[in-house]
Parts: sequence; C-alpha cells; structure tokens
Amino acid sequence: MNMLLAGLSFVNLIGRVPGGISQGLIWGIMALGVFITFRVLDIADLSVDGSFATGGAVAVMLSLAGVPTWVATICALLAGIIAGIITGLLHAKLGIPAILAGILTQFALYSINLRIMGMAANQSINPAMYKLVISMRNIPIAILEGVIFAAIIIAILYWYFGTEQGSALRATGNNGEMSTALGINTSNMKIIGLAISNGVVAFAGGLMAQYQGFSDVNMGRGAIVIGLAAIIIGEILCDAIFKKGCTFWIRMAFVVLGGIIYYLVMIIVLWLKLDPNDLKLFTALIVTIFLAVPYFRGKAKNSFSWAGKRSLPYVEAVKNSFKSGKEVQ
Amino acid sequence: MLYVEHVSKTFNPGTINERKALIDVSLHIKPGEFVTVIGGNGAGKSTILNAIAGLWPIDDGAVILDGENITGLPEYKRAPYIGRVFQDPMMGTAASMQIEENLALAKRRGQKRTLKWGVTKAEKEEFREKLAILGLGLEDRMTTKVGLLSGGQRQALTLLMAALQKPKLLLLDEHTAALDPATAKKVLEISDQIVANNNLTTLMITHNMQDAINHGDRLIMMNEGTICYDVCGEEKKSLTRQMLLEKFENIL
Repeated sequence: MNMLLAGLSFVNLIGRVPGGISQGLIWGIMALGVFITFRVLDIADLSVDGSFATGGAVAVMLSLAGVPTWVATICALLAGIIAGIITGLLHAKLGIPAILAGILTQFALYSINLRIMGMAANQSINPAMYKLVISMRNIPIAILEGVIFAAIIIAILYWYFGTEQGSALRATGNNGEMSTALGINTSNMKIIGLAISNGVVAFAGGLMAQYQGFSDVNMGRGAIVIGLAAIIIGEILCDAIFKKGCTFWIRMAFVVLGGIIYYLVMIIVLWLKLDPNDLKLFTALIVTIFLAVPYFRGKAKNSFSWAGKRSLPYVEAVKNSFKSGKEVQ
Repeated sequence: MLYVEHVSKTFNPGTINERKALIDVSLHIKPGEFVTVIGGNGAGKSTILNAIAGLWPIDDGAVILDGENITGLPEYKRAPYIGRVFQDPMMGTAASMQIEENLALAKRRGQKRTLKWGVTKAEKEEFREKLAILGLGLEDRMTTKVGLLSGGQRQALTLLMAALQKPKLLLLDEHTAALDPATAKKVLEISDQIVANNNLTTLMITHNMQDAINHGDRLIMMNEGTICYDVCGEEKKSLTRQMLLEKFENIL
C-alpha cells in the first residue's frame, strides 16, 4: 500500500486536470448530440459511435488536403448530419427499429471511415504545420475554445427547440400519437432530430481529432456510453441544484459539465495506475450505477417488502383477535 | 360536410383473427350537425372514427370531407381538417411540455412548422382568455407541465386544443369514459360549449346512452360493422334510455 501511494504524485494529478477539462469539454459537446436523441426524441441512437469517428476522419483528411481547418470542422458536422439522416431513413422510412438502425449505420460507417482515411486505421495531423481549430499543445486556449463552442451549440439548440419546428420535434419524442393528430410528420421529425444529433457528435469528433493530433477509426468506440454517462451525471447534479426544475439551456450546460466530470473521474482512475484497458469496464460500471440509482430510489419509496413489513402489526392484531375469540373467521 | 361512402375495413384478412370491422358503411353528416354514436364493444364505433381520421387506409369506399376526397391522405395530412379528442386523457397532450406549448402546437395543427418562435406573445394572451372560459384556473398555470394536470383537466385542455384551429370536423372518441362521473359531466358541458361556440360539425362516441340522448342533434347506433339505427330531430329528442336499450336487445 505504501509503495502504491509513494508512486502517486498529487502534483502529477493536479497537472493533468486542465487537460482533462479540455478533453471533457469535447466529450461534453458530443454528449449534447446524444442528449437530443436520448432525452428529446426518446431514442437510443447507437450510430454516434461511428459518426464521432467520421467527424474526426473528415476533419483531419480535409485539413491534410489543404482545406482551412475551420471549414474542415464544419464539413465534419455536415458528414455527421448525413450519417444521422441515413439512420433516420432506415428507421422512419424502412421501419427498422431505432436501435437496430443505429447499429447498422455504425457498422457501415466503420468501412466508410476507413475509406475516408485512405484505408488507414489512423491519420495524424501535425499541429506545427496546420492551424488547428483546437489543440492540446495550448490547453488554456483549448479550454476557452471548448467553452465557446459548447456555448454556441447550446445557444443554437436552445433557439431551435423554441421554434415551431423544434417544438414539433419535442412533441414527437413526447407523444407521437398526439403529434400525428396535430398534423406533425413524425417520421420527418425523427430524421431531422437524428441528423442534428449526429451533426453535433461528428463536430465533436472533428474537434477531438484535432485536439489529440490524429483521427482513429476506433476513436468513437463507446461514445454512446460516454454520452449517457455525461447526461446522467449532469442531470443528477442539475436536479440536486435546481430542485424546482430549470430552463432547457441550463440543463444542456449541465450535460457538458457532466462530460467534464466524467473525464476528470477517468483521469483520477488513470492516476491511480489502473490499467487503461479496464477503463471501458469502469465506465460501464459508472453508467450502470447512475442509471440504477433513480430506479432504486423509486423502489425504496414504493416497495412491496417495506409494505409487507409495515403490515405485520396489523396481521398480529387480527391474529390476537382470533385468539381472544372476539372475531370469528 | 362529411360523406362516408360505402366504407369497408377488415383487420387481419386471411388469418384466423380476421375481423370485418366495417361493412359497406355510408354516413352523411350536414355542416354543424352534432352526431352521437353508440353501440356495443366491437360494433365499429371507434373503427369508423379512425377510418375518418386516417389511422390506416380503408379497404373500400371513400371519405369526402367538405368536398375534398381525403381517402388517400395519411393521418397527419388530414390533421388540418380534423380535431380529435381521445379516450385516454394521456393521449391528447404532451406531458412534459407546458400548457402554453401544447396549445401553440395545436394552434399550428396542419400548418407548416417553420423556424419562427414557437409561442408568440399575442398567442399567450389568446390562450389565457380561452383557458379562462374553461373555468378550471388553468389560465394562471400556463407554464405548468401538462403531466401535472388531472385527467379531467387534460381532457378539457385537449378539447380546447382541438378547436383552437377551427376544424371542419371534430371527433370525440369516448372522451369522458376514463373520467369520474362529476368530471365527465363537466367535460361534456365544455364539449357542448366549444361545439356550440364554434359551430363545429361533430361525431361523438359514447358508452353512456343518456349522454347520447342528451347531447347532439342526431344519434346513430352501430352493430357488427354497420349502422343499424339512425335518428334525428324530434324523434331523437323523444328517445328514452329504455327505448334505446330495447333497440339494443332487438339487435342481439
């Protein structure tokens, strides 16, 4: 134990925090995309694992080809929108269950991402030679940029979900039958929602590839789980602070914060010298716990075993009344 | 206003679960007419309403509303013409959206959903006035999430939503069946009021024969996918529950 603690340097941990925040911000932006499908549309969209990597691949390859990096990052967003539209078409027009439609798109994107990257599993981009939008070489600036990007996306989403079309999208996720009865084309709304979601996710993928200096065909693996972790951590915090509920943009800001907290936890886990290969298991455990907590909380208030225990005195009383002969069965 | 012409619909054709839900049904409704529909379980009451609303395509026949053939239009494209209130109070409103947001969604029934702001200031004023007429105090809770309202309040709100953008036809599918008697009475009063104020052409299904007699100006009874009794005017006014029960028994 002493040996282990001696190997841990607190200064080392503190030194890693800023980098964790900047990377967490990018995952937080990605989580905003997942939030749109998971919370607003009530669909668990698994295509994000693929579209995150697509965003990275497009941003890096276009930048390497000489396209200005900010244009390449916007193209990453557009590529994500296309991926989302495909998932949407599979689901809404071909009648494939949403979860399967997402898996199909994700599966297909693996090949497409390899093709985008010229059949290489990864492509690096030298921050010294390209004017990258965001880079880990300058972490304070990266944090500032991450905050600005998150704020812009939250502002746009907040505006959109307040419009007629955005309201129709929320209604579609909330009550599909009512939406159809009110003349909303729910198929189209789902496609639009999936497109926006994957656009945001791919945008985050484009940022991540530039931040770390390379795109990798596997960089999106588990993005959906990280997104869910960020959403749940953010929402638990948000509900704890705003007990009476809060506006939509604050909720989205907490999702980004959830992404940062998630990543800082990962930094601590790595600092504790746990095997990085166990990280995915660890993340799955965290998400499981956070998903289960609200369920068990509800159960605790409303459980049969408690009701059974509370019933015992009454049962005793009935038994006693039999013994004393006051009541006949 | 509404012409239902020789409409037939069979569910699960060619299987052991085959059920002829509507058999060559024809029904003409005049503008402003308020028709109540009664009949036993499986008589085809809800099926005829769903055929008109377009939940699924009919097998044969035509549905013509205000001179337009809507037979080939899917449900969401018929929405501009038709307002609906469902049996389940949870079905007609979006629970996690605010009262005013639900009303704003209904105000745009059948219109293109643009990128203009979802609820305007002028609309909030309009909604406040219309909610006040319901007499449920909802006008002071416009930003409350609809999920926090009771079944009766939600049903009253759904009624208001159905009439907000005046429909050519209002379909009420046993919309008081899930409510307690006192609330059901209140919701029926609100229905009468909204129908009268907007002069709406209305089809209302009910299981309550007395309600079918007391409300509306025409009554039809359905049995095994056909209309077996159709009465209006003075004859309907003189109907009693007893007479209707006898009709029922004669059919069976």
